[in-house]
Amino acid sequence: MTGTVGAGTVGRPGRTAVALLAHQARYDALSFLRNRQARVFTLALPVLLLVIFSSALGNSTIEVAGTQIKQSTYYLPAIVALGTISASFVSLVISVTTQRESGILKRRRAAPVPAWVLIGGRTVTAVCTAGVIATLLLVIGSAGYGATVSGRTLPALAVAVVTGAVTFCAVGYALVTFIRSADAAQPLVQIVVLPLYFISGVFVPSDRIGTVLTDIAKVFPVYHLRQALLKPFEPHAATAGFAVGDLAILAAWAALGLAVAVLRFRWQPQGR
Amino acid sequence: MAAETVIAVRGLSMAYGAVEAVRGIDLEVNRGEVFAFLGPNGAGKTTTVEILEGYRRRTAGEVSVLGVDPERAGADWRRRVGVVLQESAVEPDLTVRECVTLYAGYYAAGLPVAEIIDLVGLSESAEVRGGRLSGGQRRRLEVALALVGDPELLFLDEPTTGFDPSARRAAWDMITGLQGLGKTIFLTTHYMDEAEYLADRICVLAAGQIVGMGTPDTLGGRDSAPAEITFTVPAGVTPPDLPGTRPRPIRDGASGGRPAAETPQTTGRRIELQTDSPMDALGALAAWGLQQGHTLADIEVHRPTLEEIYLKLTEAAP
Repeated sequence: MTGTVGAGTVGRPGRTAVALLAHQARYDALSFLRNRQARVFTLALPVLLLVIFSSALGNSTIEVAGTQIKQSTYYLPAIVALGTISASFVSLVISVTTQRESGILKRRRAAPVPAWVLIGGRTVTAVCTAGVIATLLLVIGSAGYGATVSGRTLPALAVAVVTGAVTFCAVGYALVTFIRSADAAQPLVQIVVLPLYFISGVFVPSDRIGTVLTDIAKVFPVYHLRQALLKPFEPHAATAGFAVGDLAILAAWAALGLAVAVLRFRWQPQGR
Repeated sequence: MAAETVIAVRGLSMAYGAVEAVRGIDLEVNRGEVFAFLGPNGAGKTTTVEILEGYRRRTAGEVSVLGVDPERAGADWRRRVGVVLQESAVEPDLTVRECVTLYAGYYAAGLPVAEIIDLVGLSESAEVRGGRLSGGQRRRLEVALALVGDPELLFLDEPTTGFDPSARRAAWDMITGLQGLGKTIFLTTHYMDEAEYLADRICVLAAGQIVGMGTPDTLGGRDSAPAEITFTVPAGVTPPDLPGTRPRPIRDGASGGRPAAETPQTTGRRIELQTDSPMDALGALAAWGLQQGHTLADIEVHRPTLEEIYLKLTEAAP
């Protein structure tokens, strides 16, 4: 239905495909920022969790990769993982399901806008939101709780946030295809992420979780995003901090999510 | 010169499993026409409209909208077609202006945003968010979104449902204005007065088949249907024998007509007649009344309303 659209052929004269994507992302971001529920769950909740975990446990140490690090340095990347997942997966599943069920997606589909612009615009919004929340957490974590990340590993941190956000958008679009009503989206998405947060070492460090649950967690992307975000925080690391294996597994989940979404995605309301 | 055909449908059928929602319909809509598509809920209206809009596939038949099969239509086709869907599709967290600007960005040559907002009468609500608009305002915003690409063909699916009478009248004026701009309008509605006021032609669908097609005046033989004359003669007076009339057939209550009951003899007797030549009957009746000194103050001459025709057409369907 979409047809192939090359750069410069969509939107207003002279408007490139990239500009159209930016146009869509701008209004998706505006909608996101105006939505109180989205603001609370995506922006406020991770900050609150970081403050609680760091205040309660920050000064004890924990062994990661053979070295002792402060718990606040452990929890910062863990909560950045949670924030990234909130900004992409949680927020996207709820908003896209709501838009589909209320007919907004169907309406947008009647306009001559390529499907990938609508999907990509929402993804760009999620990546930007994840970037903002990660930066916010980083500033609070380093200023307030002495968690440190070296400038050398910052690129790896940024790559992990972006890869994570894109992956969880793709997985989110896949999950949306299994939800039939807007009311079901919020509880369902929490049922998916909360157990994964626990077994993936987001709330409780992985060395206290046990090998069986950790082995299960390793199948899913939450664990690998947390790993990819933790690596840049490891002190004395001589490398640039890229967790190549974890990033590869995230990419595989992104491909799987995208494949399911492409096969199953519907623009029209599915419930009732 | 023959009118240009904008929508052409031949033998359109759509089945959901064993359920045949649309059973072989043919219709044509000409450029510049307001075409009203009526039918009871479950008649297959929405299925048909969604096939024409390109949302739905069909089981059989040929469909051409602006010369293109909607099943295979792309972005170029969508630029020429505006759609107002039945369900609300307003972005709740964007203002009217933002929402129209978002949609304007999808089109290569859209109309100016302020002009569109003015056209649908939402200038004073331009900074109000979608979620805070009234039902009527939301509907008008949806019309604005459909118009922003300056389409040739506009699908309006129950555009005035939930409107108060003055909002409905304003919407009618707007639709008439759009027709004046040369747009073709495919209108779905449940309101007979709306169809009668706006439509050039009316098509009635029942149980997946077309049961009537014509102008508001000729639909279902409305122009050739007999006129009904009713009046009350005083008690004890024998009504005259009027040329070319017959007693009105008794309708059952379900057919929408008034019951043809006679009132008690003490207050007079209600006479209900049917005739194909009302002037002959009325002339004779007037002469009799003047001569006998009966004013017949409650005399009524009634032609079938569009609603009566519609009910007759849709009830006859299986």
